[in-house]
Amino acid sequence: MTAALALGDDALVLSHRLGEWAGHAPVLEEEVALANIALDLLGQARTLLSLAGDEDELAFLREERSFRNVQLVEQPNGDFAHTIARQLFFSVYQHLLYERLAAGTGEFTDLAAKAVKEVAYHRDHAEQWVLRLGDGTAESHERMRRGLDALWRYTGELFEPVEGVDIDWRALEGDWLSAVTSVVGRATLALPTGPRAGAWTAGAGRQGLHTEPFGRMLAEMQHLHRSHPGASW
Amino acid sequence: MVAVTAGRTAQGAAGMTEAAAQTEEAAFDAAVAADERIEPRDWMPEAYRATLVRQMAQHAHSEIIGMQPEANWITRAPSLRRKAILMAKVQDEAGHGLYLYSAAETLGTSRDELLDKLHAGRQRYSSIFNYPTLTWADVGAIGWLVDGAAITNQVPLCRCSYGPYARAMVRICKEESFHQRQGFELLLALSRGTPAQHEMAQDAVNRWWWPSLMMFGPPDDASAHSAQSMAWKIKRHSNDELRRRFVDICVPQAQALGLTLPDPDIRWNEERGQHDYGEIDWTEFQEVLKGNGPCNDQRLAQRREAHEEGAWVRQAAAAYADKHRAQGESPSQGPGRARPSDGSDTAATPPDHPGTAAPSAGSEPSAGPSPSTGPEVTAQSMEATT
Repeated sequence: MTAALALGDDALVLSHRLGEWAGHAPVLEEEVALANIALDLLGQARTLLSLAGDEDELAFLREERSFRNVQLVEQPNGDFAHTIARQLFFSVYQHLLYERLAAGTGEFTDLAAKAVKEVAYHRDHAEQWVLRLGDGTAESHERMRRGLDALWRYTGELFEPVEGVDIDWRALEGDWLSAVTSVVGRATLALPTGPRAGAWTAGAGRQGLHTEPFGRMLAEMQHLHRSHPGASW
Repeated sequence: MVAVTAGRTAQGAAGMTEAAAQTEEAAFDAAVAADERIEPRDWMPEAYRATLVRQMAQHAHSEIIGMQPEANWITRAPSLRRKAILMAKVQDEAGHGLYLYSAAETLGTSRDELLDKLHAGRQRYSSIFNYPTLTWADVGAIGWLVDGAAITNQVPLCRCSYGPYARAMVRICKEESFHQRQGFELLLALSRGTPAQHEMAQDAVNRWWWPSLMMFGPPDDASAHSAQSMAWKIKRHSNDELRRRFVDICVPQAQALGLTLPDPDIRWNEERGQHDYGEIDWTEFQEVLKGNGPCNDQRLAQRREAHEEGAWVRQAAAAYADKHRAQGESPSQGPGRARPSDGSDTAATPPDHPGTAAPSAGSEPSAGPSPSTGPEVTAQSMEATT
């Protein structure tokens, strides 16, 4: 179940990162909003991982090299602009992907039909914040620019075809680029021009090659579950 | 002030006559006596207003500080189901904070003003959150005991004389009672689990029991605000009365959990028809209240840090709103959401704040931190604090 793992791990890992914001958000409304997004993603992850096996075994007992998420979602939160840049890149991708899955006839149709409504909100949330941070103050503009810059390199991987997901990946990438370009432009920013991972390391996260912070994230996420082998919670 | 009613305004700039003032006070007293609700535009004694602001602020602060000890375990929750429940619970607490700050705003006190007081250490939050969550079982103990004590305290507030507070409490109590059951269920799974899990649950109950009893406040003979609050029907039962009720609820529940309460003096008193319990260490209570608890500094520091580190974000939202208003654009929809939450694990979302609700037509972009004061006010008050 390569596809269920890939999409499920994306949702699981990003949900975890967003959960790290709890108690640290810049304003109370964002405590609620970020937790909402994290909960939506966790719900998606549970459905997807359950298609591939036991959700808890998959989440808590796999080693780093067995996770199939893209590297983008495992990147640490950074400041709020960094998190919003990650949200923009991922939620636009996920929205376009789930729209296609929901319109298709494959095994993810039902899940995608439900999730696409959630993801539309995630996308709106990210886009509205990109506008405010990009076109807000000089400081927020600079922070937003740095966030987009830092994460740009991880966006190429999003469009490496996932086995079992039968869509036109090049068309998805084209739609993504024009959507992201438009938002970033309206935010008085420009997309970075540097290389994107897909161009030179095809599908690194999808093949189980992750970045250094991911191991520490898993150590924290898995330690309690692993400390009590066989226990139920 | 919001309390200037049309009737009062009609009295003119010279102010009310003494007779009119007496009439209003009599009307207020009669409304309280008849168990009617006092609403924001009704006349109310200044001391009543001040008491409510103090209590609602403390309650709101408790909700947002209370997120910390539980959020401490979100990233380590041992199953995905528990993780979803915990995340939804912490989110609910943020939502409760929002309702309560909004309810306090109906008395003419802004959220920013109250947050400033919290950050400056001039307003309190519940002392219970100055204890650390050391193991996963603490998440269950907080749900069962701390939320249980909170409900015992708060259910009577649903009949509080001040309307906006009473209505906020109806919603909050529903969610709290859900949390309490989840906490109980978490502890039950541990208690019936492996010996290590059972021990973890017992240890957590041992540590949280006494602080939970202290949540009802000082004994009746030492409670500074009780008598007046009861006369105003802000408060309906005494501290000791509620504490005793809580003990009576917990004793059979502890038995059902297969756990013991760390008080050898708990026993049924046939004559009173209630449980007796041991002496509470009021020195510890006073010390934690004074700021000497295990986590007082840590909790306040994290709160201040989140607020200070978020300042540039709030400033950006305010600047954006200003620019786009100046350009005469119709504001685009803010980072809101239009759909209701779904699924039993997900939080009920508060109805009317920017993070979760669709903005009403023609409203300002909703990224601003305060729904009722608007971004420019926020920017000013932020300046004042930094």
